[in-house]
Amino acid sequence: MKNMMDVQDLTFTYSGAPAPSLVNICLPVERNKVTALIGPSGCGKSTLLRAMNRIHDLYPGNQYEGTINLLDSDGQAYTDILTLKKEADIIRLRQRVGMIFQKPTPFPMTIFENIAYGLRLSGVKKKADLQETVERSLRDAALWNEAKDRLNDEASGLSGGQQQRLCIARAIALKPEVILFDEPTSALDPISTLAIEEMISVLREKYSICIVTHNMQQAARISDYTGFMYLGKMIEFDNTDTIFMKPSVKHTEDYISGRFG
Amino acid sequence: MNKGKHISSKFDEEMEEVTSQVLQMGGLVHQQVERAVEALLTSDKAKAGEVIEDDVKVNTFDVEIDELCNRIIVMRQPTATDLRLIMAIIKATNDLERMGDEAKRIARQAIDLAERGVLPTAFDGIESLAERVKEMLNRGLDAFARRDVDEAVAVIRLDKKADKMYENLSRQQITYMLEDPRKIHESLDLLWSARSLERIGDRSCNICEYVIYLVKGKDVRHINITELKKELD
Repeated sequence: MKNMMDVQDLTFTYSGAPAPSLVNICLPVERNKVTALIGPSGCGKSTLLRAMNRIHDLYPGNQYEGTINLLDSDGQAYTDILTLKKEADIIRLRQRVGMIFQKPTPFPMTIFENIAYGLRLSGVKKKADLQETVERSLRDAALWNEAKDRLNDEASGLSGGQQQRLCIARAIALKPEVILFDEPTSALDPISTLAIEEMISVLREKYSICIVTHNMQQAARISDYTGFMYLGKMIEFDNTDTIFMKPSVKHTEDYISGRFG
Repeated sequence: MNKGKHISSKFDEEMEEVTSQVLQMGGLVHQQVERAVEALLTSDKAKAGEVIEDDVKVNTFDVEIDELCNRIIVMRQPTATDLRLIMAIIKATNDLERMGDEAKRIARQAIDLAERGVLPTAFDGIESLAERVKEMLNRGLDAFARRDVDEAVAVIRLDKKADKMYENLSRQQITYMLEDPRKIHESLDLLWSARSLERIGDRSCNICEYVIYLVKGKDVRHINITELKKELD
């Protein structure tokens, strides 16, 4: 089966930085699988993730070299997302490749509107369609049972874990193909964390997922593939089982077994 | 094989502690086997009694090492080499405990045979089998302590010879039994002891397989020596 995304030889330099933050990175994102990125702070995991839906372009002057292929919706050919120029194409890209951040970022609106807002922007007008998609998204994000009786309450009234799931519902309402998670549970308590992890394992059936996490046990629990990054390089990429039981690079082993950080 | 230090020095201490406990347990089991065989060969009922009594010490090690491993798993979530070491320790401890049981069994046969007044001349084959098996256990523990794959493979090779010795012993005892049915009971006692020794050899091999798993990350159980060589090349 074709990979959903394929990062090839990506080198990325922040605006004004003397040296690149990512050097010759390769990363396959297999379809309907969870790919985890681990590594110490500053190793470039989030930078890589943010390159994958070109969020970096919100600030001028950043430089990409290499290729980030995204499988076309028809599943036949690839498009290099780094070649996209038109604003509309990039907005479309961010719908297809959604992103969830470390801290929940609900809009200051009701729960319903948080999800409906993006849908209206993308052209959904009919009330029935909106309602249906909001419900489906909340169900997929495992928030429906908790939120169905308070759809018109302010989103800020939800707990941190619920807010994070709302953000996930908001992303999946736009029917993305890939969801990027940037440390989605580092601000949550253990139970909310498990709820998100459980949800990710269900989401995998419909979407391809790439997750950055500092919690190595989390990577071991939820991912199929794991990449270990250090100083802007991909040190080792393999099946998650192999990475945590028998990594082939000593550097990886030292990191996952707590011998350096 | 990663021997670097963890950021948490407490973690290092715990791993060292549990490893040293396994080696102490191994030393004790080796001593138990040695004394049980001596008791058998010299018809020494008192010594056999001591072996039976001391089995409880082996069992205590078994329980304590399991507890240490549990604590490390729950507190440290070991990965890679650490994970394999804990797995190897849990399994090796189990084998050592069973070897202790075999030593106790030999001690029981020793008492039984001494009470029947069986002459030590009947024990020729047993003595050489015991020497072989003690060597396997000793070198297996050494391979474990030094994480020495070559030594582990060498010990696994020795097992074939031990099996052969046990086979010869059985054949010899069957002949005796056919010749003189009054000796059947003694021969059976002897065979049980030989069987226990042979099992101790097998379990020493198991420990060597865990050494290979620990160092190489390869599971080499249930394969023959040719396949094993191929796996390690």
